[in-house]
Amino acid sequence: MGIELKSEKEIDSMRQAGRIVAEILGIMAEQAKPGTKTKEMDIIAEKELKKRGAESSFKGYRGYPATVCVSVNDEIVHGIPGDRVLKEGDIVSLDFGAIYHGYHGDAAITIPVGKISSQARRLIDTTRDTLNVGIQAARAGAKLGDVSSAIQTYAESQGYSLVREYTGHGIGRKMHEDPQIPNTTYAPYGLNRGTGPVLKKGMTLALEPMLIAGGWQVRVADDQWTVMTADGGLAAHFEHTIAVDDKEAEILTR
Amino acid sequence: MAKKEAIEVEGTVIEALPNAMFRVELPNKHEVLAHISGKIRMHYIRVLPGDKVLIELSPYDLKRGRITYRLK
Repeated sequence: MGIELKSEKEIDSMRQAGRIVAEILGIMAEQAKPGTKTKEMDIIAEKELKKRGAESSFKGYRGYPATVCVSVNDEIVHGIPGDRVLKEGDIVSLDFGAIYHGYHGDAAITIPVGKISSQARRLIDTTRDTLNVGIQAARAGAKLGDVSSAIQTYAESQGYSLVREYTGHGIGRKMHEDPQIPNTTYAPYGLNRGTGPVLKKGMTLALEPMLIAGGWQVRVADDQWTVMTADGGLAAHFEHTIAVDDKEAEILTR
Repeated sequence: MAKKEAIEVEGTVIEALPNAMFRVELPNKHEVLAHISGKIRMHYIRVLPGDKVLIELSPYDLKRGRITYRLK
């Protein structure tokens, strides 16, 4: 328990892990074309990890069977790659984590497949902006609840809902460390502005707002992993691993 | 990868076990093996059979939990 502070040396290891995650996400994103099967993403990720001497953070995590999470359209997170074929107009979120020299990096992006509707485009852009708003709020001296409330305020002002029961997390030698980072202020899980632990330089956090064009309720699919929107609304997800600093937080997964 | 929130429920302690472990009964009659949170231990809050407590369940293993609060 308690939130670990990382030394400069540890943060450097996480920077390397983060860079690997960002590179591989970029490679996968290029392959997100109509006709691609989602499991091809998994094959790419596995191959590229091996090339870089890194390991997957996800594979085997509580029994998760793949290297990447590929979540299409109304799937929010934890989609298991398989035989699903990407179509023109889909939006696909790729969530991916790597371990390098004992430290984790974790990031996610949502990307368009071919041409997408302007609504889908706006959802993706807003989700990316929401993550940035959260990162801006995560400075040393702020409370964790300030981050949650900043994320919620921005996303809701744009007319979207936020997933409530899945959260960001501390990250380091383990993929999920303390604290949990809620994306909302709603009870029982959310954190209000001015509440929660004080952020300190050296904390490494994975922020990950999940936005829905529709209601906030979610359900878990029959595979026990894939989290989907209850009403079928489109969902987008962006995530970065960051290191808290006195000034603006440093993004480690870029 | 997003983290699933822990699930918080109320329960009644039915037996104190060694090593600060407790058997706790939930409203749905399930029994959970729960240990005590560091904060409760730090403040020497006594948890005895019959007490109502708040426990955090792991979404991945619903048979184990963590006592986070002793309710009055």
